[in-house]
Amino acid sequence: MTPMIESLGLAVPGRLEPTDLQCMRGEMTAIIGPNGAGKTSLLRALAGVERSGGRVTISGEDVMSAPPPRRMRLLSFLPATRSLVWPISARDVIALGLPRPDAVRTEELIELLELGPLAHRPVNSLSTGERSRVLLARALAARPRVLLLDEPLSNLDPYWVLTTLRILRNAVSGGDCAALASLHNLEQITAFDRVVLVDRGRIVADQGPEEMLASEGLGKAFRLERNAAGWRVREPA
Amino acid sequence: MTVRASALLIATASAAFLLSLLLPWESMGGLLRQDPSLAYAVFLELRFPRALLALVYGATLGASGAAIQALFANPLASPDLTGTTSGAALGAVVTAYLLEFSAPLALSGGAVVGAIGALGLLLALAGANAETSTLLLAGLAISALAGALTTLALALAPSPFAFYDAYDWLMGSLVDRSLTQAVFALVPALISIMLLLRQVPALDSLALGEESAESMGYDIRRTRLWVVVLSAVGVGGCVAICGAIGFVGLVAPIFARRLTRGHPGRAIVPAALIGGALLLAADLAVRAAPLGRTLPIGVVTAMLGAPFFLVLVLRMRRSVTA
Repeated sequence: MTPMIESLGLAVPGRLEPTDLQCMRGEMTAIIGPNGAGKTSLLRALAGVERSGGRVTISGEDVMSAPPPRRMRLLSFLPATRSLVWPISARDVIALGLPRPDAVRTEELIELLELGPLAHRPVNSLSTGERSRVLLARALAARPRVLLLDEPLSNLDPYWVLTTLRILRNAVSGGDCAALASLHNLEQITAFDRVVLVDRGRIVADQGPEEMLASEGLGKAFRLERNAAGWRVREPA
Repeated sequence: MTVRASALLIATASAAFLLSLLLPWESMGGLLRQDPSLAYAVFLELRFPRALLALVYGATLGASGAAIQALFANPLASPDLTGTTSGAALGAVVTAYLLEFSAPLALSGGAVVGAIGALGLLLALAGANAETSTLLLAGLAISALAGALTTLALALAPSPFAFYDAYDWLMGSLVDRSLTQAVFALVPALISIMLLLRQVPALDSLALGEESAESMGYDIRRTRLWVVVLSAVGVGGCVAICGAIGFVGLVAPIFARRLTRGHPGRAIVPAALIGGALLLAADLAVRAAPLGRTLPIGVVTAMLGAPFFLVLVLRMRRSVTA
């Protein structure tokens, strides 16, 4: 079976060592790792944002050679920053994620992310959490084959964390799609099918969430240890 | 932008152009009755080039201002505040007074090189997504440096009348330019605006941030290069003929974005029309001023634009405080 997204020798000098990664259709992959480990660099390189070595293909199609309308159908990247300068309405920001105007799809996303009362408001006047929802809707707009989401659950309240996870699950299971999302909260990885642990610019573990939570490598990478009460900082030996 | 707003803008710019050709009507009407051939010559040699230059220069400042603001993601970026016009003026002065090339093409070339140098320096100093304060400080430094070097170039010029010669031009003036000179401003301006329009989708996508725009397949480095070069070509070509005119490139895009619901890239066309209409209106104000002599148009745009700029700064300060 052809992977939905495949990277071969993907590398960013000084931040990401040559990396091979494959994700299959319908798969939700969490990317975790300590601060500065290379999670964002990996996502940016997969999205074609980072000037990198190696190659990324989506359903066998080279990402870098795809022009804008085609690229929007192949992948969507949600950056970690939620700042927006211009006073564009939330509805228009969502529409910017579409290769061509589609009012029906825009309204569908406004409803899905419960943005109705905010749709006409300028995005630069919304709270960070509200902007996160608008930008997630923008990322979903073109029904891309691969969603590359940098900290999509940050700045969201518990209701929206769970709702966003449900929306992502529906997006990948209902269509020709795979999702990769970087996370900071280790409790959230159980909502994913697979977890990739990144440390010092390389993938050090790639397994299911339960196995990852039980692994020695996870605690070592984060300098944490787990006991019955939960996670705590590992004391230096 | 709605069809109605587009029609209104085109009608306003056209009306301002026609008024600029016809006003003051008394002198033109009198001349037409006494000597129609002389009236025709005045119309073709004086009024038409002046109106055309006002329209073209204003449109270039508006379009370049909109593109530069979209590129820097900053509503205070504009050709004059980023030092582009000062750089162009320096380039033209060095070409005319130190290198002593007076052909319009050489002046335009010198102005374009100066403008590219200023915008390139700004990008290097402030970065592509500069904070407002960094952008303004870097622009101020470049303008001051270019201004000082322009004065130095005039002081070192072999001609003892260099300062006197250059005064009106440095303050920005549309008066007594020939049709040939107008064409020398028109050609680079048209090329600049037409090619800037090709960058509209990329500049609109930049509203989502540089990373999102690049992930959508837009080559933002190439867009940046195009905007810098095209703005420099358009503004440089106009500065070479008419000198530095400020604030139109700041004000026009701000009004234009109100018509494009905040979208920065697609504001280029309305900003060009608003810029053209603004400069035509400023030129009409220059002619109507009862001062007994013609004011440099750059003084009028600065007197109207500076308070606008101060209001913008105050608004930004309030929004930061809030």
